Amino acid sequence: MSTDGDNTRRNLRVGSDPDAALERAAAEHGTAATEAAASRLAERAAHHESATDTLTPPPADGDRHADTGATGGGTGISGQSVRLGDRVFKGLAAGSGGILLVVMAAIAIFLVWKSIPAFTDNEGNLFTTQSWNPQGTPPIFGVAALLFGTLVSAVIAMVIGVPIAIGIALFISIYARRRAATALGAIVDLLAAVPSLVFGMWGLYFLIPNTQGFQKWLNDYFGWIPLFNNATATTAAQYGKSLLIAGIVLAIMIIPIVSAVCREVFLQTPRETIDAAWALGATRWEMIRTAVLPFGRAGMISASMLGLGRALGETIAVALVLNSGFRINWHLTEPGGDTFASTIALKFGEAGGNPVAVAALVLAGLFLFVITLIVNSIARMIIARRKEFTA
Amino acid sequence: MSTTIAQRPQLSGQPSDLVGARLPRWAPIAVGALAVALALGIRFALGWTGWGTAFFTAAALFVIILTGWSFSVEGVRRAKDRLASTLIYACFVAAVVPLVLILSYIAIRGIPAFSVDFFSHSMNGVTSRREGGGLYHALIGTLEIVAIAAVIALPIGIFTAIYLVEYGRGKFAKAVTFFVDVMTGVPSIVAGLFVYTFLLLGFGARPFGAAGAIALAILMVPVAVRSSEEMLKLVPRDLREASYALGVPKWRTILKVVLPTALSGLITSALLAVARVAGETAPLILLTGYASSINFNPFSGDQATLPMMVWDQLGKRSGTGTSDLTEARAWGAALTLVLLVLILNIVARLLARLAQPKTK
Repeated sequence: MSTDGDNTRRNLRVGSDPDAALERAAAEHGTAATEAAASRLAERAAHHESATDTLTPPPADGDRHADTGATGGGTGISGQSVRLGDRVFKGLAAGSGGILLVVMAAIAIFLVWKSIPAFTDNEGNLFTTQSWNPQGTPPIFGVAALLFGTLVSAVIAMVIGVPIAIGIALFISIYARRRAATALGAIVDLLAAVPSLVFGMWGLYFLIPNTQGFQKWLNDYFGWIPLFNNATATTAAQYGKSLLIAGIVLAIMIIPIVSAVCREVFLQTPRETIDAAWALGATRWEMIRTAVLPFGRAGMISASMLGLGRALGETIAVALVLNSGFRINWHLTEPGGDTFASTIALKFGEAGGNPVAVAALVLAGLFLFVITLIVNSIARMIIARRKEFTA
Repeated sequence: MSTTIAQRPQLSGQPSDLVGARLPRWAPIAVGALAVALALGIRFALGWTGWGTAFFTAAALFVIILTGWSFSVEGVRRAKDRLASTLIYACFVAAVVPLVLILSYIAIRGIPAFSVDFFSHSMNGVTSRREGGGLYHALIGTLEIVAIAAVIALPIGIFTAIYLVEYGRGKFAKAVTFFVDVMTGVPSIVAGLFVYTFLLLGFGARPFGAAGAIALAILMVPVAVRSSEEMLKLVPRDLREASYALGVPKWRTILKVVLPTALSGLITSALLAVARVAGETAPLILLTGYASSINFNPFSGDQATLPMMVWDQLGKRSGTGTSDLTEARAWGAALTLVLLVLILNIVARLLARLAQPKTK
């Protein structure tokens, strides 16, 4: 019986058309061993028998189904309508999946198509020009500063956010007692749902005024590192809307997401591995280092990638806490900085009906789309490989 | 078992050969008090004005003293363990503090704006210098747009989930799974740009509410698919097999057995998906425009939403005198938005908890 089932399953996988495979499997074994398609298999098997057995005419086959397939209601279900209903339902389900593919393709096509004027009419160099003036005559703009701001703010967010998120995940999954862990996990999940606009407002009204001293302190004591040097400000009040702050706001935004995924992964650590570490006399940290972290490595990487994707694409929060400048500035505490997403939101009003200006923004969207696509694909590949590895 | 035996001598305060020397239980508290005292001393000695530096000094002192003490008494392994524990606790504090700060800050700033008028009036004719006005128009817009988005996205999402769980085999299913994941990562502004190029540029339409709903639907679908998929997978296989064994066709099994069993879970995932997009601002900037008057028709004319009202009021703040009024309204609208999202989330989670026994 079990070998029959295995054969059926193998046939299912080998055949390109699942129906054909089912039929073949049914024909070979004449058994309804497949779990998922049991009913259809049974139906096909019955068909097969009735086809070889000339004593049973086909209409009777349909009648038999009407009897056995009674699911309430006055009308019986004949074999024909069963197959029709299944086909319609499967079509609907597969069609919904198809819509997703169509939408993704349409996003890519429209972004490329509508950004063409940005390639052809741009008088500046797309990749090196550090300005954004697509509605001027001639239109001059380049994505250098946007790419820089997007990547740097996301990297700051990762550097600050990911270790903290992993720490929280460890705390919730290992350190906290079970009831406290459930409550803390729920709180972290709730925070993942807070709109990004709110994070941006908080950054603008609370974080910036309260971190001016911190930014000045960084400049005063670590100004010899170019990253923290601020040549333009002399008093604390002149510090503010910098890439550093944008990175910190993004870090706070990605922490709930990253820690939620990490927590799930850590909770799946095999009990035996943990107990083995305890049994060998490991301290709690040694247990984490030898059992939990190696098991969760792929999960942590993909969680970080998801956080990175979110940080790269975040719009409103960044738009609120950044001063637009359109130049590459390695002094992270100096005001200024732009990302693809914030530029689209902030410059959209100016673009108005100007086709080149709109095309330039669509181009920024295209860049963002491609970058997040790559990041997410890498994250998925890591997850997929881990699945293979554990299976 | 072995741990309790090993710990017993230590609890009674007797030194044991089985366990190395350990720090007393009160060690972290004592070190904490010492660190705070030292930091305060340094603060007054050096004349620091802020509390932030003193706090971080205390934290650093705590880590250094505790680890050092532990190293000298307990050895390097225990010292590492204490260091790691301290850092992990610190991570937790470092994250929970800002998150609590955000919620309390927005509550403090937003509650003063709340009044009956605020919820029953629009911003029609209310300039940035005038008092009054409210978010009624924006609340209407948000509810309508999110409802339209849900009507578009949830059927697609649930049917896709059904496909992946019940039918999905082969290359097509793999492609759908992959692109659902990729779609989850599409930035909201890109979804907005797509609908803008497709609908507004392509058909030359003016901004209208439902355009924003389409963008929100694009963001909602992958969330809905993912969570519905999880819920459908929870339905026990036995139920399906029992139905098949009675000769019920597959589609009726899904409709009459699988979906009812997973219903509360599906409602939960739907609410979470709605909550996920209700606060989105970026696509709406491009698509819905902003009207300060009430517009009940999502299919024509600019329509206000809560996030857009916040964005609009923030944009209108200028100078010191007028900024108070617009800022207060912005915070009031933002708090309303947060409450809306949090209530959706909490209801969804309560439903999920109620649903749990059924899946066993």
